[in-house]
Amino acid sequence: MSDSTAIAHDAHAAPDHGHGEAHPTYLRHHFENVEQQADAAGFAMWIFLLTEVMFFGGLFTAYLIYRNWYYPAFVAASHQLSVVWGTTNTAVLIFSSFTMAMGVWCAETRRRKGLVLSLCLTFLLGLVFLGIKTIEYSEKIEKHHVPGFHYNLSSFLDPDNDAAAKAASDKALPLDMARHTEVYFSLYFAMTGMHALHMIIGIAILGYMIFRARAGAYTSGHVTFVENFGLYWHFVDIIWIYLFALLYLISRHQ
Amino acid sequence: MSATIVSLPDQSTARIPKVNFITKENGLLSWLLTGDHKRIAILYLISLSFFFFIGGALAGLIRLELLTPQTDLMATDTYNKVFTMHGVIMIFFFLVPSVPATLGNFLIPLMIGAKDLALPKINLLSWYLYIAGGILAIYTMASGGVDTGWTFTTPLSTHYVNTNVLTTGLAAFIAGFSSIFTGLNFIVTIHKMRCPGMTWFRMPLFVWAHYAASILMVLATPVVAIAIVLIALERTIGIGVFDPTKGGDPLLFQHLFWFYSHPAVYIMILPGMGVISETISTFSRKRVFGYTAVAFSSVAIAVFGFFVWAHHMFIMGISNYAVLVFSLLTMLVAVPSAIKIFNWTFTLYKGSITFETPMLYTFGFMGLFTIGGLTGVFLGTAGTDIHLTETYFIVAHFHFVMVGGMLMAFLAGIHFWWPKITGRMYPEKISQLAAVITFIGFNFTFFPQFILGTLGMPRRYASYPPEFQILNVFSTAGATILGVGYLLPVLYLTWSLKYGAIAGNNPWQATGLEWQIQSPPLTENFTVTPIMDHEAYDYEWLENQKAKEVASVG
Repeated sequence: MSDSTAIAHDAHAAPDHGHGEAHPTYLRHHFENVEQQADAAGFAMWIFLLTEVMFFGGLFTAYLIYRNWYYPAFVAASHQLSVVWGTTNTAVLIFSSFTMAMGVWCAETRRRKGLVLSLCLTFLLGLVFLGIKTIEYSEKIEKHHVPGFHYNLSSFLDPDNDAAAKAASDKALPLDMARHTEVYFSLYFAMTGMHALHMIIGIAILGYMIFRARAGAYTSGHVTFVENFGLYWHFVDIIWIYLFALLYLISRHQ
Repeated sequence: MSATIVSLPDQSTARIPKVNFITKENGLLSWLLTGDHKRIAILYLISLSFFFFIGGALAGLIRLELLTPQTDLMATDTYNKVFTMHGVIMIFFFLVPSVPATLGNFLIPLMIGAKDLALPKINLLSWYLYIAGGILAIYTMASGGVDTGWTFTTPLSTHYVNTNVLTTGLAAFIAGFSSIFTGLNFIVTIHKMRCPGMTWFRMPLFVWAHYAASILMVLATPVVAIAIVLIALERTIGIGVFDPTKGGDPLLFQHLFWFYSHPAVYIMILPGMGVISETISTFSRKRVFGYTAVAFSSVAIAVFGFFVWAHHMFIMGISNYAVLVFSLLTMLVAVPSAIKIFNWTFTLYKGSITFETPMLYTFGFMGLFTIGGLTGVFLGTAGTDIHLTETYFIVAHFHFVMVGGMLMAFLAGIHFWWPKITGRMYPEKISQLAAVITFIGFNFTFFPQFILGTLGMPRRYASYPPEFQILNVFSTAGATILGVGYLLPVLYLTWSLKYGAIAGNNPWQATGLEWQIQSPPLTENFTVTPIMDHEAYDYEWLENQKAKEVASVG
């Protein structure tokens, strides 16, 4: 059988593979041990998050450029967003990151009920975030601030007749600058939309995890999935914190 | 050319091992649901070849149209669609996944002594994404095509054309995720799955090259993904990020697009360079000269590759200072590429060179890639670029790198590892002939295009002034020869599946771990986890191994 022999090293060949402690059932066949498996999965998740950073990076680059070009338009347009809703949503997401972290801790310490509860809370908070986002989007739709054919400039050309602009005591923008508010809203919808898409995917996975966690899937030692999902959820959270600062708080320090 | 290093087992007694990854399970489902990196590599090989021949047929149509100065074979807008689909299919569905998804998939676990890639399910998912993207691309072609060129340049793609930009974009988007998952898998595998003793500087250079390419796949691809999303939003809703009438900047699209698409050419060429490092060492019986320099030059190409994208935009209205900086950085990429070429050449020096087919392709690669790379320096020079850009000089340049370089490397690799993949040798004489035909056909096709470009023939037009016809006839005639060169391997490699000589474990007397196990390998590759106790390309170690084996058998 020389044709199926690996490089056999007479002295130190075949380390104690198969001896010692029994392998847990969740150890995939191609890993040597559980540590290697968890290590590889965690590392893979970080690399994936790196690709996500680059994905959002394109949008942040566009934001950086246009904000520098059209600063007055960006300030006026950002006054159309509700800081109250934005702050609430930020708080909701940060709290959901806390419940997610609790979930990871519960999985690691094998507390099934705690895990299910934390996941359910995270799930609900995610829905609350999307609910608030829907309210914000519907305001934009009503005021025709969605870029495209129906885009309406009156809030920026005539701020005295616009509650939000008046509250921020905005001055009327010249027409060519006012038109650039559409670029702001393009980025607003692209960035928050991409973020919301990530939230929706996260919430769907959370639903699946709650289902599995009730059956005790993650509380018998195999916590990689929960840990990696936790990383994803925190990542989506961090993206929002940047979006909140960049989109809502452009001129609030003045 | 009589000298050869091929050592095959005695054909009268030799047979293919009864148990291997191909015979382990039977039936279509066992392939479609497999997690085995070797089977996924074969799925990729079959689907890639399919797309290559579609892309190749489109190239044939382009060359046929350009046989005469008039537009006689097809209308101009059809011609635009044909060259666009040729580009989209060849880049996203052949060149980007070609070596990594087939040979890389098959060999990286074998070379580093692992049982599989770290994430087998993600690996299978990446193949399904590739197929989904490919089907979408073919559907696009069948339902009217797209005519923006593979670059989707705005505002043409967002405002002016009424063809299938959305579906093509989606196809590229999906294929991009396939590529991200492949790269991610390789990085994790190379970091976490190496066998005992397999330090970073004992890894074959093939693995180093794939590592560098994977970094590019993971970091650059998402940027083109978001650019495509923005194009889609611009076309459907009319958001204004790239629309100058609303204050958006179409140049921003090009920055985002080339931030991926320039590194993408290194995604395409680096794995090919990995193949060349293996073949050149094996067929000169020498350790690759300057192993460490070659390993780091792969990483250097990946790193520099991120900072040169704007050289595609010298005439697009970027600032003079940007041109200056990007021109300089572009020249810098020539350094690690030259390090590779010089080190390979030094590897040949005083080596025992033999001329089996993979080595012929390797020589083809070295010559053609050098020409392709040096003409790249012409184009990186701001002054000459303004004269040469958007002419056939560009077309010739990137085909020298991609077809003369990458495709040669792909074929070198396929021939080199064919005995490992299938357990059988390809027929040597006819494959040497095919390699020579490919080389001749290639030069006939693409060298005249350099001249056409310097004379001023623009790319992407279906018609041209009559004085350019003679060189175009040359080019089209060459393409025919090239076509024969590519069809031959399909025929004789298929033939060899049944009638090829039994290869045995190590027909080339090569040193890699993959050659020390049976061909075709077992499903989990190694019966015992190997321990790497020597440097890569250590031919003395191999001699000792053989001596030991003879002694123990005797």
